[in-house]
Amino acid sequence: MAVPKRKTSRSNTRSRRSQWKTSAPNLVTCARCNEKKLSHTACPTCGTYAKRRVLDV
Amino acid sequence: MPTPTKGPRLGGGPAHERLMLANLATALFEHGRITTTEAKAKRLRPLAERLITFAKRGDLHARRRVLTVVRDKSVVHTLFTEIGPNYAGRHGGYTRITKIGPRKGDNAPMAVIELVEPLAEQVVAEATGAAKRAAKEQAAAPKVEAVEVEQATPVEDASGVEETVVVEAVAEESGEGSSDAEGTKE
Repeated sequence: MAVPKRKTSRSNTRSRRSQWKTSAPNLVTCARCNEKKLSHTACPTCGTYAKRRVLDV
Repeated sequence: MPTPTKGPRLGGGPAHERLMLANLATALFEHGRITTTEAKAKRLRPLAERLITFAKRGDLHARRRVLTVVRDKSVVHTLFTEIGPNYAGRHGGYTRITKIGPRKGDNAPMAVIELVEPLAEQVVAEATGAAKRAAKEQAAAPKVEAVEVEQATPVEDASGVEETVVVEAVAEESGEGSSDAEGTKE
């Protein structure tokens, strides 16, 4: 079975992990309660989407 | 080659996927709205709408074909007697999917899939909404117009005066600036 010949150096490990990045969620302001919410998603604060009640809050 | 199924595959195999979709459809027709993951909701929508089309057809053959998916006879009865006739005036689009954000625990994107209101109720709701909006506009419109008419003439005069003043000021400034520039050059 093929196995690594060398231990992966700390430098290589860290350069590989330098590409692990997070991205900020796309937040918009709810038209009804002016709270931040995900776009194209029901507002978790007031429970509505497109003036329609979706969630029981 | 058969066309691949649209959307993600669910479960551990074809039989598991069929069972899960059948259970989701049964729950949807039983409760009217269910909360599930986005992927399952998106896979459920075409199946549920096909079953409702069978319910609208309403004959024995259609009922037997629905019973091969939804095993619960009482649910199939409500589907054929209540849900199907509700959508007589609607050609497809019987369900609505609304995203409700990620789930705590595994961060899975969740959605609510529900049977849309019958067309009659929706028309009534739209009509009442339109009437309310019209009433609001009528209440707000005369005041706004009156204010505009009152303000119209004085504002124009004032702005005209201001503009001339500003133009003169700019001319003076530019003249001074140019003279200054000339002074520095010398």
